[in-house]
Amino acid sequence: MTNRSPSPIILLGTRFLSPYIMVFGFYVIFHGHYSPGGGFQGGTLLAASLLLIRIASGTKIASLQFKDYLATPYAALGVVIYFGTGLVAMIMGGYFLDYEQLPIPGLEAADLRYWGILIIELGIGLTVMTVLTLIYDNMVKGEDYA
Amino acid sequence: MYWELELILFIFLLITAIIALESKDLLVAAVMLTMFSFLMALLFTTMGAVDVGFTEAVVGAGVTGILLVVAIYQTTYKTED
Repeated sequence: MTNRSPSPIILLGTRFLSPYIMVFGFYVIFHGHYSPGGGFQGGTLLAASLLLIRIASGTKIASLQFKDYLATPYAALGVVIYFGTGLVAMIMGGYFLDYEQLPIPGLEAADLRYWGILIIELGIGLTVMTVLTLIYDNMVKGEDYA
Repeated sequence: MYWELELILFIFLLITAIIALESKDLLVAAVMLTMFSFLMALLFTTMGAVDVGFTEAVVGAGVTGILLVVAIYQTTYKTED
């Protein structure tokens, strides 16, 4: 961000801490349907683990973890996962996001609801993570960055 | 039942809010706002709203602090008023 000398203590500390925050983010996403949390909170935790590396070590090292040009396609992919699940349920004869109508063979209605909510939360988490990273990249690089 | 704990949390909440308003260094204000969000998350949790408290802890104390620090780096450290 600015031209200051990097501190190895901060770099090592954030490199130690970032994977654990990411694992906790995945835990929050995958337990979102029966405990507090969900797609938004888990996605924000994933974004926090990415932003920690970005703010500590600069964009060159952070691009090894998550390339900044991948942010917009992944955000669009998350929205496609969300609305695709809803629209598939709508095409199969239910309402929008009616999980019981999803065409997954061999599952009962309760299991279909379980997996449907999990798929949706994965999409939400992906979009929230990439959009928050995109906001940070835009704020750092200035107005000209697309 | 938890009123002593809540009283201590409210006192610290007032202290962090007043420091964030009155300080001349904007980095101090950003860190104090982060602490304000964390105390607010603890208060939400003691009131029984676990999901709201979790969201407040993650968003307010995590991402908003980073974005405020980036905004301060892009502009200026000192307030003018």
